[in-house]
Amino acid sequence: MALLEAIILSVIAASTPLLLAAAGELVAERSGVLNLGVEGMMIMGAACGFAGAYFTGSTFVGALAGIIAGAALSLVFAALTLGLAVNQVATGLALTILGIGLSGLIGAGFVGQRITPAPHLDIPFLTDLPVVGHILFGQDAFVYFSILLVAGIWWFLYRTRGGLILRAVGDNHTSAHALGYPVLKIRLLAVLFGGGCAGLAGAYLPLAYTPFFIPGMTAGRGWIALALVVFSSWLPVRLVGGAYLFGAVTILQLHTQALGLGIPSQLMSSLPYLATVIVLVLISRTRATAGSAAPASLGMVFVPDR
Amino acid sequence: MKKFCLAAAATFVTLAAATLGAHAADKLKVGFIYLGPVGDFGWTYQHEVGRQNMVKALGDKIETTYLENVNEGPDAERAIEQLARAGNKLIFTTSFGYMDPTLKVAKRFPNVFFEHATGFKRAPNMSTYSGRFYEGRYIQGVIAAKMSKKGVLGYIASFPIPEVISGINATLLGAQTINPNIKVKIIWVNSWFDPGKEADAAKALADQGCDVLMQHTDSPAAMQIAAQRGILAFGQDSDMIKFGPKSQLTAIIDNWAPYYEQRAKDVLDGTWKSTDTWGGLKSQLVVMAPYTNMPDDVKALAEKTQAAIEDGSLHPFKCPIVDQDGKTIECKGGTHLDDGQILSMNFYVKGVDEKIPGK
Amino acid sequence: MQLVLERRGERSALIAIASPLIAIALTLITMSILFALLGKSPITALYIYFVQPLTDSYTLQEIAVKATPLVMIGVGLSLCYIANVWNIGAEGQFTIGAVAGSWLAVYTNGTGVGYWVLPVMLLLGAAAGALYAMIPAICKVRFGASEILTSLMLVYVADLFMDYLVRGPWRDPHGLNFPTTADFDPVATVPALIEGSRLHAGAIVALILVMLATVLLGRTIKGFEIRVVGAAPKAARFGGFNSDQLVIFTFAVSGALAGLAGIIEVAGPIGHLQPGISPGYGFTAIIVAFLGRLNPVGILIAGLFLALTFIGGEGAQISLKVPLDLTKVFQGILLFYVLACDSLIVYRIRLITTLRKPAHGTA
Repeated sequence: MALLEAIILSVIAASTPLLLAAAGELVAERSGVLNLGVEGMMIMGAACGFAGAYFTGSTFVGALAGIIAGAALSLVFAALTLGLAVNQVATGLALTILGIGLSGLIGAGFVGQRITPAPHLDIPFLTDLPVVGHILFGQDAFVYFSILLVAGIWWFLYRTRGGLILRAVGDNHTSAHALGYPVLKIRLLAVLFGGGCAGLAGAYLPLAYTPFFIPGMTAGRGWIALALVVFSSWLPVRLVGGAYLFGAVTILQLHTQALGLGIPSQLMSSLPYLATVIVLVLISRTRATAGSAAPASLGMVFVPDR
Repeated sequence: MKKFCLAAAATFVTLAAATLGAHAADKLKVGFIYLGPVGDFGWTYQHEVGRQNMVKALGDKIETTYLENVNEGPDAERAIEQLARAGNKLIFTTSFGYMDPTLKVAKRFPNVFFEHATGFKRAPNMSTYSGRFYEGRYIQGVIAAKMSKKGVLGYIASFPIPEVISGINATLLGAQTINPNIKVKIIWVNSWFDPGKEADAAKALADQGCDVLMQHTDSPAAMQIAAQRGILAFGQDSDMIKFGPKSQLTAIIDNWAPYYEQRAKDVLDGTWKSTDTWGGLKSQLVVMAPYTNMPDDVKALAEKTQAAIEDGSLHPFKCPIVDQDGKTIECKGGTHLDDGQILSMNFYVKGVDEKIPGK
Repeated sequence: MQLVLERRGERSALIAIASPLIAIALTLITMSILFALLGKSPITALYIYFVQPLTDSYTLQEIAVKATPLVMIGVGLSLCYIANVWNIGAEGQFTIGAVAGSWLAVYTNGTGVGYWVLPVMLLLGAAAGALYAMIPAICKVRFGASEILTSLMLVYVADLFMDYLVRGPWRDPHGLNFPTTADFDPVATVPALIEGSRLHAGAIVALILVMLATVLLGRTIKGFEIRVVGAAPKAARFGGFNSDQLVIFTFAVSGALAGLAGIIEVAGPIGHLQPGISPGYGFTAIIVAFLGRLNPVGILIAGLFLALTFIGGEGAQISLKVPLDLTKVFQGILLFYVLACDSLIVYRIRLITTLRKPAHGTA
């Protein structure tokens, strides 16, 4: 039982950055913008987040620094794709490359430095409950925030007018524009939100996961977050399940090794990606089913006519 | 008069040129190719420490350059060649994967001296050097068996190459002298340096009941996890005590500085020759970090073991060595396995349950 | 008062010519500022990055070696992008091509086979790349799944597959368990163009492909189809062009070129199969395609230029102690400026004084 609890804890920690980044990207994509630069924004969040925590000793400041870094980078993306109607795919890739390079430059001086990792919750009686104690009551702030974030996004998208408009913009920007909604402004806000989340997700890595900065420490998690959004059919609730599934596969792959089970580790590692392709195929066939397909205007350039 | 002045001027210019030329020729340019970032606090960091110490010792006589994060692919060959073209006369390539690129460049630059770490191919202008890390592993095995309450050791390994396999075996052999039934769980992260994966592996091993961790990877991530979980661990490549002040028992420290200094001096003196250096505790190429976080009797035992290895009375791979299938390995070195066997070690000793991946 | 983007009546010829120059100028200015911030003299840094590699025959050859896969993949990608389909999986097709071709090399290693080995390896590489690229294409055509994401996911699958092969079944038995295949036999190696240099026949192949692509796009019906399907899909349908078939065609061709680049790189400069055969060629080639304005000759120039920056970046690391990351920053910034400036060919920015009031509470 203790092993199961320990595995679950590891899975939660591994899944949180994926969930945070994917949640932000989901909002951006629901508004119709495909931002492939998640990896770049995440790694910038990691570098700036570490810097923030290093200079002030505060995890909170570090998290804030990460959010701002991610949002700033996404602003560049927005300026090009929304302001100048540039192709989103190319811009997103340029953003990734720029982000990786910039974070290397910024973070170079921090390699080998240490910071105090984010504190974990510790409620006297609850945290010590067997099995569920640590899982439910012993996590750090990022984990709780990630769940609240997804809940908040769900509520926003499906229970508020703002969310309805955002979804409308993503499904049919021409009609939304005809109805008078400020398509570009909504998309800008969504992109900034996505950038902030990606930055936070990246900051989680040096602030809580492995408390020091290494260039390239995101190791492709940004791309996994992109896959996650699709895997979850752009539904916030499914995102949580998907993130924990992806995280579980990563952790379990190590455990099966330690148990000597002899399954090729590469096979286990490729499962999330194969699963995404399959899910993509399946959900796209049922495009008619409401709510389980990509936003129809995803990735399309929009220039309001006058 | 005019002729005299001309002659004097010519002599002066020649002398000046000769002095200046000689002065320029005096500064030896030394280049380094690093696999990872210098801040990795592991393998590359130690090479960088070696380089810095060399600079301190030889001061004005040398000028050094390094390239970090050089991929072990086609880019490596270009990086090495660029260093050679930039006038470096002594080049250190610090990872096994640079072996073929170094050899290729060495053939094209016969007047440049190359030093390749942990490899086995040489040339008249290419040497190899490495450390007998397995000696340190043996000591760590002894300590681990003494300190482990559960009798299960966790090993975070990189690639199943002989250097890593011999490290695992030496650890086990040392541990078995204290606890013949000691168990080891191994996780292959398939990378020399991936702090995220190393941390995950450390957590998985700890979750599965290992109470002493050791690694053959380059970051202090596992040490940090050990500190978090309150278990013990061994540092690797450099002293990782500051990442686990209550967890680190000792660490195997790569002490390249004296070797680098010596080789640079050899080039300056014109006595450089292609050699193969495999130094251990005795020659201080391998140094153990101070023994901490253990009771005095364990410390004494560790020191005794170390002394025995240093004076040659104890060899980690003393025969008979039995592999995990029960076969006794041929003893080519008399009373212990010879260097060639250790360098190409491709089997686990008895006591390891899992198989070497890919076999 | 607000700034709006407005479509021009027709493409601005002036900007079309000036755009790359403006982009480069802006990039150089930005980089100079960055260099100054890093404490290096901008003039020296720019010289080392862009001019110095051109002054030495060794670095010139290395530029060609580095540019070869970029140009090959870029040309293939441009066909897709012109047709408005997004192949992001070139990196995976590169890997699969390398794997397929290497299979033959590994299988016949040391058995003294004839010269037919290399051409067959190249064919296998191209064929495998094409087939692998057709997976996302068919998913898009048949099921409507986003080709961006499917092709991207398959990059990871390909990479892991190759990783498994070189660490397991294909590992060199004499290589001391290192994750690499045995070195390819000389008959299975791409020949060098100059004795002792790394410049290999792949460069010639790349040039031939550039010429073929120019002919295809400019002078054949297929090329016309590709351009029309991309620019005006409805018109294309009226014209009887089958856009589904075209999607598959362009993906297959770009996959074949990426796969070919993969096996050439492995059988040429590298000489065996190992993890890490590509420092991201498949993704850098996307930048090359855009920088080259999706035009084969432009891609050739862009590929050479980008290769120049890679080599220059390495030189800067040696002489200026500037980290290699700066090259990535440069490439990202350059692409941003090029995209931004190119946008001004089709759109213009206007300052307007009347605001549209958004309607409230409708429908």
